[in-house]
Amino acid sequence: MSISVKVLTRPIDEVSYVRATMQGMALTFKHMINPHKVTVQYPEHRDALSPRWRGTHRMLTTEDGSAKCVACGLCPAVCPANCIKLVPGEDEHGNRYPLVFEIDEFRCIFCGYCQEVCPEEAIHLGRHYENAEYTRDGFVYDLERLTAQGHPVCEMWDPADPAGE
Amino acid sequence: MAVALIPSVVPALMQGVVDPQAPPPNLGFFGPIGVPLIYTIVKILVVFTVYMVGVALLTLAERKVSAWIQDRLGPNRVIKGWGQPLADGVKNFMKEETLPADVNKPLFLLAPAFAFIPALSLWAVIPFAAPLPLPWGRMDMVVADLPIGYLYILALASLGVFGIVLAGWASNNKYALLGGLRSSAQMVSYEIAMGMSTIPILLLAGDVSLGTIVRQQERNGWHVLTLTVACFIFLVSAFAETNRLPFDLPEAESELIAGYHTEYSAMKFSLFFIAEYANMVTASALMATLFFGGWTVPFWHAVNNAPWAWWKTVITLGAFLFKVLFFLFFYMWIRWTLPRFRYDQLMSLGWKLLLPLSLGYVVVIAGATLGLDALGVPRTPVHGWPVYGLCLTAINVVLVLLLFVVADRGRLISPASARVRALELERLRAVRLRSALARRPVAAAVAAAAGRATSGAGD
Repeated sequence: MSISVKVLTRPIDEVSYVRATMQGMALTFKHMINPHKVTVQYPEHRDALSPRWRGTHRMLTTEDGSAKCVACGLCPAVCPANCIKLVPGEDEHGNRYPLVFEIDEFRCIFCGYCQEVCPEEAIHLGRHYENAEYTRDGFVYDLERLTAQGHPVCEMWDPADPAGE
Repeated sequence: MAVALIPSVVPALMQGVVDPQAPPPNLGFFGPIGVPLIYTIVKILVVFTVYMVGVALLTLAERKVSAWIQDRLGPNRVIKGWGQPLADGVKNFMKEETLPADVNKPLFLLAPAFAFIPALSLWAVIPFAAPLPLPWGRMDMVVADLPIGYLYILALASLGVFGIVLAGWASNNKYALLGGLRSSAQMVSYEIAMGMSTIPILLLAGDVSLGTIVRQQERNGWHVLTLTVACFIFLVSAFAETNRLPFDLPEAESELIAGYHTEYSAMKFSLFFIAEYANMVTASALMATLFFGGWTVPFWHAVNNAPWAWWKTVITLGAFLFKVLFFLFFYMWIRWTLPRFRYDQLMSLGWKLLLPLSLGYVVVIAGATLGLDALGVPRTPVHGWPVYGLCLTAINVVLVLLLFVVADRGRLISPASARVRALELERLRAVRLRSALARRPVAAAVAAAAGRATSGAGD
């Protein structure tokens, strides 16, 4: 079967070649001498992030430097991407703490549910986006790495202030 | 060699025999050659070096111009961008040279050189400045002042297609082959229009030497004014000959990956890239020489004529470079303005528009020169007024208005984009329906029954 060709209806009375080319050249020349400057010179100059930017995770710590996490298990339960691995432990006083807490930043979809669900305000998403590693394993952040992150954390959406002002 | 020459030239200088305004005398150590040989070698070295450096910088210019046109910044990292060609060169030398399976090895290796050499050789006959008077005799600012310069250009320009076709054929790759095929068709087609468009110039100059063509324009006005239509045809053909957008069908990234140089890597790929820009420079120089007065400066007869002096050489060289650079910019400007032609549009434009137009223009200009000569209009300026050129310009203005204003309206280049007539459409649909039904017996039976029913109803 032959290929059916869509034949366009052209306004043939308006067709021109030389004049249309000249119009196009005038347009490109205008842009060349007066460009709309939008390029950001990235490594030297970085645009400010929104306070609600959801990026690399960060685990907040108590005053003695241990993670605030109480290993309640809510974040792995709510995580839609199933990227949080949590093994709870318990000390002699009956306080629960995470034996293993790992977030796979490759699986994570940065929805922010873990931050929203956390009763202790321990796990947060952060205003940070430069994650480069040499191996895939490097993207599995353990508890030590999560607590060591220093970037500002993401502010959650406030229903009373929907525009974030 | 220079040392060996001194004994033979110095006595002549001391006797005051050598005239700086005249070509060097043939009294060298090597017999008839000698000073001319050294002059030629010096010119070859200088032209080659400037040409290659210029081509390298052109890749940067292209990227910068494209960036500005697209509201970007372009390369700005390696020494503020100026080191980018060098960085590219280093990168290309370091890269792995791949040799795909079952390539025709000799041709695969030779093709980049074939693409590059014709463009380079064309520069030999292009005069690029006023002659330079030197103590050993006048140095003409052209590598080889061939009396058949124009024919040499036509002959060598058509060799440029070999590199591309051979690359496409030797690569053992269907996309490369398609690119090579397209290129051969395209370049052969536009070669003809290009050659025909320059016939009016020969009619006016009465000579095929590029030097004479430049002189003639200095007397009677630039050919772009007297022969605008030829200039336009030459320009379009030059774009097609150099495979630049809107005629870059041999490459056609969206259809053929990279066309003829799909299988090339590292420095061999780079050579094709250089060849493209070398072709551009050559085409720009030809454009300047044939239509824009070559190295002459308009309205400044003192600088264009003897007695020669070094400052005249510098100024005319500047004028020539300015013209060439303008056309190089024009190439880039067009490239980032126009989209690619479709293949049938390309062929239609070449064979059905440019070729008849250039042939018709040859007739018009031949008639005009014949008429002007019969009327006794002198070809040399009268009291400083180029009457001959003005008469041709007047004819030219009328032709340009007719072609570019009146005729350039309501026409489509390609037959395929025109609407199919209603009757033809009905016929095609019927053919398609029949062939579809023939493959499906049940459906055919139903259709036959339906056909009987409708014909019955029709009765």
